[in-house]
Amino acid sequence: MTDSIPASTPQSTGTTPSASDDAGMPAAPPEATRDDLATTALLEDGATGHAFEPSDVEEEEEPTVTLRVWRGDASGGDLVDYTLPANEGEVVLDVVHRIQATLAPDLACRWNCKAGKCGSCSSEINGLPSLMCMTRVDELPEGPITVTPMRTFPIIRDLVTDVTFNFEVAKRVPAFAPPPRPDDGYRMQQIDVERGQEFRKCIECFLCQDVCHVIRDHDENKAHYAGPRFFIRFAELEMHPLDTNDRRELVRQRMGLGLCNITKCCTEVCPEHIKITDNAIIPLKERAVDASYDPIAWLGRKILRRHKRSPEEASAASPH
Amino acid sequence: MTTLDNATGTPVVIGGHRGGPDVRTLRQDRWWVQPLVTVTILTAFIVYSTWAVFVNKDYYVGAAMHRDLISPFYSPCIAASCVPGSRGTTVVATWWHITPALIVIGGPLGFRLTCYYYRRAYYRGFWQSPPNCAVADGHQRYTGESRFPLILQNIHRYFFLIGLIFNVILTVDAIMAFRMPGAGGIGFSVGTLVLCVNAILLWTYSLSCHAARHLCGGHVKKFSTRPVRHRIWKILTPLNARHMQFAWASLIFVALTDLYVRLVAAGVFTDPKLF
Repeated sequence: MTDSIPASTPQSTGTTPSASDDAGMPAAPPEATRDDLATTALLEDGATGHAFEPSDVEEEEEPTVTLRVWRGDASGGDLVDYTLPANEGEVVLDVVHRIQATLAPDLACRWNCKAGKCGSCSSEINGLPSLMCMTRVDELPEGPITVTPMRTFPIIRDLVTDVTFNFEVAKRVPAFAPPPRPDDGYRMQQIDVERGQEFRKCIECFLCQDVCHVIRDHDENKAHYAGPRFFIRFAELEMHPLDTNDRRELVRQRMGLGLCNITKCCTEVCPEHIKITDNAIIPLKERAVDASYDPIAWLGRKILRRHKRSPEEASAASPH
Repeated sequence: MTTLDNATGTPVVIGGHRGGPDVRTLRQDRWWVQPLVTVTILTAFIVYSTWAVFVNKDYYVGAAMHRDLISPFYSPCIAASCVPGSRGTTVVATWWHITPALIVIGGPLGFRLTCYYYRRAYYRGFWQSPPNCAVADGHQRYTGESRFPLILQNIHRYFFLIGLIFNVILTVDAIMAFRMPGAGGIGFSVGTLVLCVNAILLWTYSLSCHAARHLCGGHVKKFSTRPVRHRIWKILTPLNARHMQFAWASLIFVALTDLYVRLVAAGVFTDPKLF
């Protein structure tokens, strides 16, 4: 019954040999599924007194799903087709797991919770940054489904990328800096903290960083651009009622807030539906205007003798 | 001090090999439709409004037709060359001899040019930076809004305030459109309705603006100490979520309002009185 898994052999779509071939990995023989074995048992049931042949049964073409997966590493790679029987209700990550179990045991893929909460299985499905565990196969268009690693980050292998950039930026965000603890403890009103709670939903999947063209298409900007994920962190701290630090100059001068041209792609791909642009980046830009570009605000600061912190002061004020 | 003064680099390796094929995009949907629609509508508006500004006639329906309707492109009409009856103010720019629309167009134009939504629209549509999400940027080099001239986008809040002045003027125009000189005093015509809808849409567009949301309360760190600002912020926030819709609706309707007034003024049809 191995015929019931049509076209199961991995096929490279490009002209160059597939990465899996390069790695000397033979294509694993397709294995019969549980349904296939059950059908086989039924056909061989002698109790009916009639020897059935497979051709006696009206053959229905079994629906299949084809994943066109990027296989390769830093030395190069290629898209490879894997075709399997389609199962109802599957997400792309399920199919990737079945490929690992049957056709390509060495396919590298980062995953953890399968519930859209760990942010591990970020990739690009049909060219759009998405979580594999939250993308249903039956909601994608007919035809092969292209699965590639996140484009913005250096590849490690197959669907796994090196997201070190994000952790390096995270180190440079001055931490929450509350005032000295009063005798009766810190107190905050709900209306003061609820604005920033939206940003706490971030699962750090880095899809927003991946889709942001500032670093996706211009690698050189990584040296001085924090990216949407960290702009929501800055916004959360700036809006925190107990935070005493002033990071506006830091975010403007060193974190590249001015590089963002608010095309809202980060908001479009966020699996937690955080309004990154409207609720974090634009409020940050407006705060940067308060600090640096608004002449009336500048005059007000001079008259009231208010001081804005330089990037050095903002960083130094952090308990890091 | 420029934006990049004192900048230090994030210590990451730049230029690592990236996965995926080197193509512009792997998107299979019709990602080009959105920027195409944006470019088409904005180009149509630019062409029409440029013509409407420079044609310098048929922008006012006056007492001769028992109406008081003025095109939003020409209001307030403060030049000496304005047609009789259209001057609703005593401030007259006697030295201005070309089309009076040029005096007033700068404010609303600047407001829309620096608007956060329109920036997204024209960066995607016209500048291809990027054309759509996960589609390669059309430019080799990119400095965003950190350098001149795009750093000037940061004056959006001042254009917002200027826009409010025009909203007040166009609201007065809409109220004046209830006048029916020589035809019973006060009434309500299709022209009145058009000017009223135009004024309402312009207010919704202005009040949903991101700068408005910031100035009215978004900049406050502790809402509990600013209850009035918090209340205003809570009102503006849901409007802000629909800023894109208000931007398109008000843009298209302001052109339609001009067209309606123009057609009535040119005598193509008469403005029907509803009651």
